[in-house]
Amino acid sequence: MSLLSRLAEKSWLTPGAEGFDEPADYRPAAVAVGLYVYFAVMAIIFSLTVAAYLMRMGLHEALGHGAGDWRPMPEPALLWVNSFILLLSGIAWEVARRGVSRPDRIRIAVIAGGLLGIAFLLGQVMLWRHYDAAGYYLSANPANAFFYLLTAIHGLHLIGGLAAWLRVLARPRLSSIRLCALYWHSLLFIWVLLAGLLLST
Amino acid sequence: MATTIADDLRPLHHPKTWIGKYVWSQDHKVIAIQYGVTAIGIGLVALVLSALMRLQLGFPGMFPSIQPENYLQYVSMHGMIMVVYLLTALLLGGFGNYLIPLMVGARDMVFPFVNMLSYWVYLLSVLVLVASFFVPGGPTGAGWTLYPPQAITEGTPGQEWGILLMLASLAIFIIAFTMGGLNYVTTVLQARTKGMTLMRMPCSVWGIFVASIMGLLAFPALFVAAVMMMLDHVAGTSFFMPALLSMGQPLDHEGGSPILFQHLFWFFGHPEVYIVALPAFGIVSDLISVHARKNIFGYRMMVWAIVIIGALSFVVWAHHMYVSGMNPYFGFFFATSTLIIAIPTAIKVYNWLLTLWRGDIHLRVPMLFAIAFLFTFIHGGLTGLFLGNVSVDVPLSDTFFVVGHFHMVMGVSPILVIFGAIYHWYPKITGRMWNNVLAQAHFWITFLGVYAIYLPMHYLGVLGVPRRYYALGETAFIPQSAHVANEVITVAALIVFVAQGLFFYNMIWSLFRGPKAGPNPWGAASLEWQTPDTPPKHGNWGAKLPTVYRWAYDYSVPGHARDFIAQDEAPS
Repeated sequence: MSLLSRLAEKSWLTPGAEGFDEPADYRPAAVAVGLYVYFAVMAIIFSLTVAAYLMRMGLHEALGHGAGDWRPMPEPALLWVNSFILLLSGIAWEVARRGVSRPDRIRIAVIAGGLLGIAFLLGQVMLWRHYDAAGYYLSANPANAFFYLLTAIHGLHLIGGLAAWLRVLARPRLSSIRLCALYWHSLLFIWVLLAGLLLST
Repeated sequence: MATTIADDLRPLHHPKTWIGKYVWSQDHKVIAIQYGVTAIGIGLVALVLSALMRLQLGFPGMFPSIQPENYLQYVSMHGMIMVVYLLTALLLGGFGNYLIPLMVGARDMVFPFVNMLSYWVYLLSVLVLVASFFVPGGPTGAGWTLYPPQAITEGTPGQEWGILLMLASLAIFIIAFTMGGLNYVTTVLQARTKGMTLMRMPCSVWGIFVASIMGLLAFPALFVAAVMMMLDHVAGTSFFMPALLSMGQPLDHEGGSPILFQHLFWFFGHPEVYIVALPAFGIVSDLISVHARKNIFGYRMMVWAIVIIGALSFVVWAHHMYVSGMNPYFGFFFATSTLIIAIPTAIKVYNWLLTLWRGDIHLRVPMLFAIAFLFTFIHGGLTGLFLGNVSVDVPLSDTFFVVGHFHMVMGVSPILVIFGAIYHWYPKITGRMWNNVLAQAHFWITFLGVYAIYLPMHYLGVLGVPRRYYALGETAFIPQSAHVANEVITVAALIVFVAQGLFFYNMIWSLFRGPKAGPNPWGAASLEWQTPDTPPKHGNWGAKLPTVYRWAYDYSVPGHARDFIAQDEAPS
């Protein structure tokens, strides 16, 4: 039944429970539902921050937002290196997710996926230090402030993912690995959007 | 681990110790009570602050200990505590936690551990908030909206520490709420028992469910804004802070946009009104239906209206910003969307009235509160139509008309529903019945009292009496009658303030001395009244989960022996 037809049910006309299956037989696991709901939260956090970014940058100058003080940051090679590491991490999780036919690969792929995630975070810290050393520190310019803010929120989400990774290592289950992979892909997707935003502005 | 959807797959983990049962509890009912008691406790602080504000406004100059900066701090903390830490926490953390699993036929929330964590993180946010009363400079006096630049600029009370603790406390609260909200939404989606279709859920669950989704989508805006303002304050960034002179000295900020903060704040702030209102809408529908012994009129419309109001409330936020210097075309859009919300809201109001129409009305205390809600909500809703129009709002902005409006619509109305709901579910939660005489007295004093308080405020507002002013002083446009009205309001407010003692005395006394209540004293059809034990034990349903055969509103069905049919009663 589609959502709309379920919301159109005239429940007072049809008492009875014949034809209803046991919910446990057809519903997805609670963790999966919870993660899908959290994706909505994540989407709103990042889209609001990006909206603030664009407003502060002065895209809406005519509406009285922002000012001419926005100075874009340079784009060091490290940004590309980090993006590539996160991409590799996502690929490792994808291998793990599809590993049903080759169970021996799953464990290696899961470990690699998590370690590459840690490598990405270390790379981000290096990127921060690189910018800081070059004088692009937090309070110097709104462009810098937004860069640190966005990367910090993204990094915190990845740290949350690493906590889930540790749980998966302790109790490996295919269903959890699938959810981890999904979460990693979503963070990769967001990172591509964020990096694109930083590069294009 | 608690089993949630299926029976008997894994045994419930029953805690053995007192601490495991009542402190670090993962039982949704205990967590609900923890949330409720904490929220009411901090709400009492806000109530005391409002009494202090009224003393100052009614009798200016008589209380030398209330200085202008104290008054601003009372205003700010009263507003923030009431909206976020009392109403949101009590309706979603308290009632959401208690009612969702019982009403959808689950053994517990789907993530009991996260649920427990949610409460303790909420408690931490309350403690951080309370700490701001004790830091140098006291709590923030920036108004509950915390607008920059003044919130973090010298001259505003608590600009150094108070505002930081306020922002930190909000951020912590939002983390707690997100953990709770994920639980409420996922439990409704995933843990409904066999036969409980979406459209068989009681309106209470619908209201709490949609409000939880809205909270999950709205609170991130406040989170981001709080973090950005903290950075502006501590790290010297310029997200919101424009270049400005303070005490003759230029500050280190430039180019920031205060309006950006207002957009983020109200993107949270307006849905927040409905985060508070929708659970109240849902609960009041159930109270009216049960005590009028009639099915709720237009159940599908009621559910759809909740969903539509929830969706629309995300595109009306800038009606709080008509006077903040936005592009006038924005005002046109937001006034239109604001007035459109009146349509589903009016549908709900008519349906409540039509449910009462020719019902077998029992004027018990929960019903009295529900009917009182109809009065205050219609009243506050109608003044909302005035304020939603730009041209009417501009002269009324920042006057007591606004104070009267929002207290009626989102202060008094949800609080009346909360009282009604506490009286309604108290026998299920405690197994005992409250004292009727005390409850009646509490109702009448509170209901008539809030009218005595808020009705004259509309008159003050039309005169142009500004809100957030410590004292009116000698001002030509304010007549003597305004001062008299302020004195009357203060006296009424103090009477209502003291009358709440009746409620607390009744609740605590009845807990120990109240007569034993049956499992279903109101003859209600919804699932939470059909538990094998009263109060329900850990796991709620004994050996086997109930099966649901019908919607929650089969009252006074012709040809049936009793005047209600429980949701888990099989058709014969």
